[in-house]
Amino acid sequence: MNSHLPILQVIIPLMAAPVCIILRRAEWVWGLTVLVTWAVFGMTTTVVIDVLNNGTIDYFIGDWPAPWGIAFRIDELSAYVLLIVSLIGAVVASYARASVIKEIPEDRHYLFYTNYLLCLTGLLGMTATGDAFNLFVFLEISSLSGYTLIALGSDKRALTASYRYLVLGTIGATFYVIGLGLMYMMTGTLNMADLAERLPDVVATRTILVSLAFLTVGLSLKVALFPLHLWLPNAYTYAPSVVTAFMAATATKVAVYVMIRIFYFVFGGTDVFAEQGVAEVIMGLAIAGMFIASIVAVFQSNLKKMLAYSSVAQIGYIMLGISLVSVSGLSAGLVHLFNHALIKCALFLALGCVFLRLGSVEIKDMAGIGKRMPLTMGAFVIGGLSLIGIPLTVGFVSKWQLMNAAFEANLWPVALLIPLSSLIAVVYIWRVIEVAYLQPIPASAPSVKEAPLSMLIPTWGVALAAVYFGIDTDLTLGVAIDAAQSLMGGGQ
Amino acid sequence: MRRKSIPRTVSKILAPFILLFALYVQFHGDYGPGGGFQAGVIFASAFILYALIYGMDNARKVLPPSARRILLGLGVLIYAGTGVVGMLMGGNFLNYSVLLHDPLHGQHLGINVIELGVGTTVFAAMVTIYFVFAGQDRQ
Amino acid sequence: MSFLENLGMPGLFNYWVVIFLMMAGFYVVISRGNLVKKIVGLNIFQISVFLLYISMGKVDGGTAPILAEGITSYSNPLPHVLILTAIVVGVATTALGLALVVRINEAYGTIEDTEINDIEKKVEDAE
Repeated sequence: MNSHLPILQVIIPLMAAPVCIILRRAEWVWGLTVLVTWAVFGMTTTVVIDVLNNGTIDYFIGDWPAPWGIAFRIDELSAYVLLIVSLIGAVVASYARASVIKEIPEDRHYLFYTNYLLCLTGLLGMTATGDAFNLFVFLEISSLSGYTLIALGSDKRALTASYRYLVLGTIGATFYVIGLGLMYMMTGTLNMADLAERLPDVVATRTILVSLAFLTVGLSLKVALFPLHLWLPNAYTYAPSVVTAFMAATATKVAVYVMIRIFYFVFGGTDVFAEQGVAEVIMGLAIAGMFIASIVAVFQSNLKKMLAYSSVAQIGYIMLGISLVSVSGLSAGLVHLFNHALIKCALFLALGCVFLRLGSVEIKDMAGIGKRMPLTMGAFVIGGLSLIGIPLTVGFVSKWQLMNAAFEANLWPVALLIPLSSLIAVVYIWRVIEVAYLQPIPASAPSVKEAPLSMLIPTWGVALAAVYFGIDTDLTLGVAIDAAQSLMGGGQ
Repeated sequence: MRRKSIPRTVSKILAPFILLFALYVQFHGDYGPGGGFQAGVIFASAFILYALIYGMDNARKVLPPSARRILLGLGVLIYAGTGVVGMLMGGNFLNYSVLLHDPLHGQHLGINVIELGVGTTVFAAMVTIYFVFAGQDRQ
Repeated sequence: MSFLENLGMPGLFNYWVVIFLMMAGFYVVISRGNLVKKIVGLNIFQISVFLLYISMGKVDGGTAPILAEGITSYSNPLPHVLILTAIVVGVATTALGLALVVRINEAYGTIEDTEINDIEKKVEDAE
């Protein structure tokens, strides 16, 4: 049984989704979702422990050996991302019941959970697979169910947000397919390990360079790298709170994982990343994103939109780490991938609790909410401090690693820009804290009580994880450094 | 479309042949062009033709929402289920060779069952999409 | 070398068509404000990718990849399979996009990009 876990963790949610369609009753469907997502988390943890102890796992679907068949290949990097995706999937599913009842009409609940499971399948499949076209299939599974999830939002702007995400996301995925096709033309294989072996011979041809260009642009659209982030703010703002929490923590992170796979593993045996200036361009765009997105976030009155722009900035940090092309840079990017997922998940879950009670996430409705919903806003404060990068939280670990990596690369200006942009984060987080705690409760405000326990426990769970992994960094930073070393060690 | 007797008669005559052709495409997928997706779409087109000519109310009696939902889920479960059966028989996921007594027949059975699952889901999906779009003017 | 040979015609004709369709589809997506036209543009864009894969799969002198008596050289079947998958993905995306357009029409009363932006701005200013 153990040896089948790599595929089971992807297939179980895939099979649970049609069962949800057939079952239809909201409570059963939610119960099934929670059961399946925690089972998947258990499976993923077992796989991760196996990989960390015994090395890369290869699983051949249909018993056709690679490169003829599709192979699932789980190495340290995949295990790392699988862990965070399945953890977020399970936690958000447990949180979901009360929030979904509030925000989505009753007759659509089973559709919500079906798409949630399909999105989780797609994300896990993207991470586990070792075949580049199989990755595209899972990418589209997660994207299509993601568009549907976003469109379930109660505000009518959710529909246009989902439509725009659909158009831009499909263009991104199609660019990926074009790039893949050009690579297949030159090498004759789709298996990523095989591609890594064959690319160094053909990398100097124009076809491969064009392929790299298409792959970069296509994946940057999915990653929401500035200036290709235009779909993100509206999509995160108008989606249901549960969807925002789930997708903000996972969808872009897995897209970053795919980028790392392509740049460091498939193209790892070549120097094209550094030679062609791709790294410099990404670094420039990442830094631009860090600043511009943070500044725009300061001026937002809708808190979800503010956090969405903040996400664009944080993705800038992750991509900055990746563009440094060094073990410390790559591990900084990877550790921020994990940490940011935890931070944003906690923040959006807290906002979901607020929306449940208040019916709004506009900052003007938040006066004095800190005293009326102390536990919820407490979790929000922890997330906010982590976002800024206060010591003892995960945000500090990532920023510290990133600055170290920048110093190592002798890029002093870049290293100084990192704390500078954190200062902007202080501005927009402080705005919220000031209104929530320091302003008096207006007489006309409705009286609200604390969020229900079913939502508070997952929120605090993630918030405490954000603190725990800031203190004990063995799991996150240790694995990130290992993964970075094996990736930079040369394409295998 | 009550007075238009030509389309009504022609579609009544053609519908069984369309369904038969869809089944032909489905089961000849491993010898010629065809397979689950194409067959599912052709099968659905017969029902959509019926819905166009005879009206959505009649079409809904033929295919009630519960039937469509169950077929949608069933197809995916057949597909993944075949893979799981392969795992239970000792091979990896989606290994067809272990399904029967020898690899050749196992491959045949595996491919055909998989395509059946695909065809079912695609048929249900196409019909559902059409019924949802066509039912819009009710509001 | 004549002008046409310089361009690689007639051997590279397929790839020129691919580029033309790709750019045409992309242009439609960007420039047209009607939401349904954008989806049509997206479709054209995806079709160019299908052509790319199938063109590269053709083997010189090979026939269609269907087993038949007496034929020894077949085109590469793998791109055909990839394109089947991609077509299905394209159909699903189109269906989802059109469903969204229908609902947007119900909610906003229009499917023109500019008018929808105006309505959204008004909603935001009122908030």
